[in-house]
Amino acid sequence: MSRMPLPYNPKVLELFRNPKNLGKMEDATVWAVAGNPMCGDMITFYLKINKEEIIEKASFESYGCAANIATSSILTEMIKNKKLELAWKITWKQVTDEIGGLPSIKFHCGILAVGALRRAIRKYFKEKGDKPSWLPQDLTFEEKQALEEEELAKRLAKRIGGQE
Amino acid sequence: MVENVEELIKAHEGLKREVYLDIENSSPVPQEVIEAMLPYFTTRGYGNPALTHKPGWEAYEAIMKSAQKIARYIGAENPEEITFTPGETEANNLALLGTALTWKNMGKKICISEIEPVSVLHIAQLLQEKFGYKTVKIPVDKEGLINLEKLKEVVDKETVLVSIAAVNPEIGTIQPIKEAAEIVKTQNPNTVFHTDFSDGYGKIKINLSGTKIDLATLSSYKILGPRGMGALYIREKTKIEKILEGQIATQKFWPGIENTPLIVGFAKASELAFENFEEKVAHLRRLRDKLIEGLLSQIQDTLLNGPHGENRAPDNVNISFLHCEGEALTIELSLKGVYVSSGSACTRRLLQPSHILVAIGRRFEEAHGSILMKVTRLHTDEDIEYVLEVFPEAVQRIRKIVGSTVSV
Repeated sequence: MSRMPLPYNPKVLELFRNPKNLGKMEDATVWAVAGNPMCGDMITFYLKINKEEIIEKASFESYGCAANIATSSILTEMIKNKKLELAWKITWKQVTDEIGGLPSIKFHCGILAVGALRRAIRKYFKEKGDKPSWLPQDLTFEEKQALEEEELAKRLAKRIGGQE
Repeated sequence: MVENVEELIKAHEGLKREVYLDIENSSPVPQEVIEAMLPYFTTRGYGNPALTHKPGWEAYEAIMKSAQKIARYIGAENPEEITFTPGETEANNLALLGTALTWKNMGKKICISEIEPVSVLHIAQLLQEKFGYKTVKIPVDKEGLINLEKLKEVVDKETVLVSIAAVNPEIGTIQPIKEAAEIVKTQNPNTVFHTDFSDGYGKIKINLSGTKIDLATLSSYKILGPRGMGALYIREKTKIEKILEGQIATQKFWPGIENTPLIVGFAKASELAFENFEEKVAHLRRLRDKLIEGLLSQIQDTLLNGPHGENRAPDNVNISFLHCEGEALTIELSLKGVYVSSGSACTRRLLQPSHILVAIGRRFEEAHGSILMKVTRLHTDEDIEYVLEVFPEAVQRIRKIVGSTVSV
């Protein structure tokens, strides 16, 4: 184990200082959360979706490090005015590239952001009672990882601190 | 990656003040200390102190005088009880591994507290996993004070070593270390008692020869000496094996050529810390309280980690800011010229937050928002006022990003 330095790139720093699309959206069509406070890593996404299934607006709130804030923010930019199907297809790798790269120890931030977005999209179709053919039945890699991080933090908290 | 760092550093241009409070992780070295060290790099004492020529004898003289000085400050009987090591990590490793190697056939139990620094905790774990020792952890209360009753219960004829930091490096708890050592020796006079005194040296007075402590770790950078230097006090007649092999040195327990300039720097830093000691400690205490009270009164939803008042190290400030992630806060504060560290999982590059904060009952989400700061004699009232001026807005901005995501 080593303690990696964290030379965040200028784009991460810029989005950390001036995050785009920050804040709760009162008129959101759907919202979803990934991560939990125990991980110290948590994202909420808010989406405003129109009849054509296009994301008109996206915003986020983040309880996490600078990488978490920056990846969430850039993802809200990437999905704006996109059809849900295209937004769904964005991978954590694309998010990481878009932000100009992250130290490997921070990859999970991009994964968590995509996990939160996909949860929101699933929730939207579930509430609508209609599953389009492009939406896979099984959880994707990012969704599974988000779930695993949440479970692991809960287990650790329970094992180490007797915390629930 | 290096280009990124250049940009990050550039983002700090135009700061009106900079206040470095991350003494836990490294420290600046005052000019006086540098000046004391310089001749030993360039003009005198650059020889090997074990050899027979003038530069060697000069080195030997400088090392012995440094050891005498440090021995005096901690009430050691003689300077041979001081072994210089390349830092407190190495001193802790020598104390634990060296004792375990010496007494491997005498017993199989090691006792530490729940809140030991990792250089003690991880070695104790290693001894359990690889060398068949059983490591027992003594619990602490909500302020980090060890349970002496439990200690008495746990130490038995099988116990080879007890290691408890006299002052906790993260939450500043001052332990009743003399009593702890007495209890241990009453239970078993052969048990070796070690204390990591890194956060006590230069801040609280101790007279080691009047205690039952056998081994004590000292740190140079924590008193504004050079990094890469520390020492282990080894009471005369305490049996300990060295843990590294190499060229025989003037010191018995640490091989290799002594680092004379750094040793001289450590002694000079000690001299500066102990000169007008009471006055300096009073200054630390005053700045510490000003910082704690200022932050707790100006910012909502905060928790002081560790004890209030007399049981707290004079320099230590550790506060959890709820609904606020620590790493993000350290960056925000850095951009304002205030340099601190956090016990959050992200800062530690691990999935779990500081084991010390968890042991005193902090929930994970409380530990993730913790900030550790230490004041030094070089800090001024203006420094603390500047920190108090920028801190609330930094917390506020990070909390705005968190929004309604967590409600702790």
